[in-house]
Amino acid sequence: MALRTGISSRILRSSSTFALRSMSSWWRNVEPAAKDPILGVTEAFLADPSPDKVNVGVGAYRDDNGKPVVLECVREAERRIAGNLNMEYLPMGGSVKMVEETLKLAYGENSNLIKDKRIAAVQALSGTGACRLFADFQKRFCPDSQIYIPVPTWANHHNIWRDAQVPQRTFHYYHLESKGLDFASMMDDIKNAPNGSFFLLHACAHNPTGVDPSEEQWREISYQFKVKGHFAFFDMAYQGFASGNPERDAKSIRIFLEDGHLIGCAQSYAKNMGLYGQRVGCLSVVCEDEKQAVAVKSQLQQIARPMYSNPPVHGALIVSTILGDPDLKKLWLKEVKAMADRIIGMRTALRENLEKLGSPLSWEHITNQIGMFCYSGLTPEQVDHLTNHFHIYMTRNGRISLAGVTTGNVGYLANAIHEVSKSA
Amino acid sequence: MASTMIALASASLPASLSLRNNCKLKMKRGSFDHNALLKEKRNSFIKTKSFGRLTMVVAVNVSRFEGITMAPPDPILGVSEAFKADTNEMKLNLGVGAYRTEELQPYVLNVVKKAENLMLERGENKEYLPIEGLAAFNIVTAELLFGAANSVIQQQRVATVQGLSGTGSLRLAAALIERYFPGAKVIMSSPTWGNHKNILNDAGVPWSEYRYYDPKTVGLDFDGMISDIKAAPEGSFVLLHGCAHNPTGIDPTPEQWEKIADVIQEKNHIPFFDVAYQGFASGSLDADASSVRSFVARGMELLVAQSYSKNLGLYAERIGAINVVCSSADAAERVKSQLKRLARPMYSNPPIHGARIVANVVGNPALFSEWKAEMELMAGRIKNVRQKLYDSLSAKDKSGKDWSFILKQIGMFSFTGLNKAQSDNMTNKWHVYMTKDGRVSLAGLSSAKCEYLADAIIDSYHNVS
Repeated sequence: MALRTGISSRILRSSSTFALRSMSSWWRNVEPAAKDPILGVTEAFLADPSPDKVNVGVGAYRDDNGKPVVLECVREAERRIAGNLNMEYLPMGGSVKMVEETLKLAYGENSNLIKDKRIAAVQALSGTGACRLFADFQKRFCPDSQIYIPVPTWANHHNIWRDAQVPQRTFHYYHLESKGLDFASMMDDIKNAPNGSFFLLHACAHNPTGVDPSEEQWREISYQFKVKGHFAFFDMAYQGFASGNPERDAKSIRIFLEDGHLIGCAQSYAKNMGLYGQRVGCLSVVCEDEKQAVAVKSQLQQIARPMYSNPPVHGALIVSTILGDPDLKKLWLKEVKAMADRIIGMRTALRENLEKLGSPLSWEHITNQIGMFCYSGLTPEQVDHLTNHFHIYMTRNGRISLAGVTTGNVGYLANAIHEVSKSA
Repeated sequence: MASTMIALASASLPASLSLRNNCKLKMKRGSFDHNALLKEKRNSFIKTKSFGRLTMVVAVNVSRFEGITMAPPDPILGVSEAFKADTNEMKLNLGVGAYRTEELQPYVLNVVKKAENLMLERGENKEYLPIEGLAAFNIVTAELLFGAANSVIQQQRVATVQGLSGTGSLRLAAALIERYFPGAKVIMSSPTWGNHKNILNDAGVPWSEYRYYDPKTVGLDFDGMISDIKAAPEGSFVLLHGCAHNPTGIDPTPEQWEKIADVIQEKNHIPFFDVAYQGFASGSLDADASSVRSFVARGMELLVAQSYSKNLGLYAERIGAINVVCSSADAAERVKSQLKRLARPMYSNPPIHGARIVANVVGNPALFSEWKAEMELMAGRIKNVRQKLYDSLSAKDKSGKDWSFILKQIGMFSFTGLNKAQSDNMTNKWHVYMTKDGRVSLAGLSSAKCEYLADAIIDSYHNVS
């Protein structure tokens, strides 16, 4: 510090007005951050000049030509809201209409919880923002609590709870050998966790594995949660994408609600409405009664205010326009199903291609797994080989985003996977 | 509580419910014999489970959040909510700083409508932006602030990251400070925008205040300000309003800015600008950036948060940026990467719509010119109502009080000098909604209402203490 003072006063005395301090900057201790493991993949893909390149990295839906899609219902909603005469701040809790419609999706059209106003809910910055609001809320009001996170999970979950300063524990989830659910170990972890622990659960279409508990397994999990008094926080980023039917995809949540759990839930419209860049989502917390819900909502708003004051309006308007109009809503449901069906079709195609190539390995898991992602079982080294040799981009945990697979590239992809794995 | 749970249950409850009534089932350790209770329950579960569906709906989870009390209404945004609830026809909302036309309607700028039409026609996709935001936006926002020809831009020494308007950009900066300058303090003006302290608190950054507003002169306590900046521990971050200080409307003169820069350099502090009103203070985008530019010209490293809520009327789109001016391009790159790392667990990547609007307006010469003209109109309307308010006050107030401070203040706000009780009187008796610190937003005042407001202020000032 003394050195800097000495130098800076010398600079002040000098008449140069462009005194770029030749000594170190304030920021000399700032190291370059590692590239985000997921979003960094797309950056690398974009930089690759190869005509064969394939991006099965980030979970953003592509059509069969590999192009991003804006849903028809979204385009129509945008036409309707164009010339909107009002860009006034939303309330801190966001668009009331959007939140109402969003709760219906998760909790059911005729949910008693909604009727009784027992859900504290705020518009959030997509799924990330919803999780972060909850993590900060958990830290503030249950400061001694921890969060149990499945292994593996979306990488950003760790960042979120870490930056919220909530200590993390893990629970078993993915079973390496079967490429399915390690149900027994998962149940053990649930039983062994201290009573009243907080658990992060993926409501459907687990990211990155695509492995979901069966309905019966969800019932057992819910039962055990009751026994242990655990808190269930659902991250539902893919409602509609798993089976093509949003009601079906919310089944895990509905089971917990039937059992009387007071859950928390993060919802996102990034994928199922293709509103990625609009950052639209919702955080909800089920409370004992209306009074408590009002109090909890006020506290959630209190956390949002110093983060971004109030959430962005555009995406929320699109959502409420679509879900508030029966015809547009029907169109949306149709388009979601089409997206999910295309992905299911690509799963089948990829698996069949690999089997046709005579791969010695089992690729059943490709069609057993659900949602946008497939946990291929490829090692980081094999992934690197795919990237360097075949210009195929994916995250190093072997996660393939089926949304990036097309009838045009599935053969190439299967061939490349076969090449890197046949001697495994 | 038990009755609530019974009402919830859609099926019959096991007999063990009565046992539960006697226990307060909070998840506190050692508050009761949980294990004995669980043994009891487990048996009843097994009984009911065989019917193929769990009928037990006794919520073991009494809410974790039972003890949560109602948060106080936000002192600024809460005002609008109270205003909406008021049914009196004379009501006037001078609370939140959102621009209104003379008809007291919200105003969507013509350039914004044009930009949105362009966007609609192009039918662009809605893919995720990169974590740092829309590249085109980041370029134009830095150029708007520093001037395109500025050496810091030419030399790529600015780390610019799109943020969630002013609030979000400030929050990123605060998080950066917390992580890389642990223990460093931010000093802010007394008074300042209410949310500044919330942002720093939630980011875990210590703060204190420097003198700013002088109630005696209803002007700047310049000596106090300089003295407090000098007294702060070396290497503090000094939070400054680039122009149109919120809430007071009192800005340093250019000469005063130079002296402020001197003392900041002397003490090795880091300037931290909040620029929420570029264009709104004087009507000129360039003139309003002069404080920031003069600091930059001295070769100082600094942080600047920007917002397009007011000057482009994009309030609800949440569009702004955090800029960190570094002494080298390498430092700027590293800082940018760390800002991204802070943003990712907050919201992953910023919303696209507002960014596109700004990029289209500022990046298109015709639209940019139009914007400048609209900006002058908006700032002009506010200057007019300032004048009219002053004229009304001078004419109506027979006490001889000097109201000219209103004319000296600049930007959207006026610090009336009213205290909390007087401000309450404004609301309760006159249905004039404002913040308790005596701040009125002139953006919400029409020419037609100036006389009414003058009456209210005179009454509150003289008849309430």
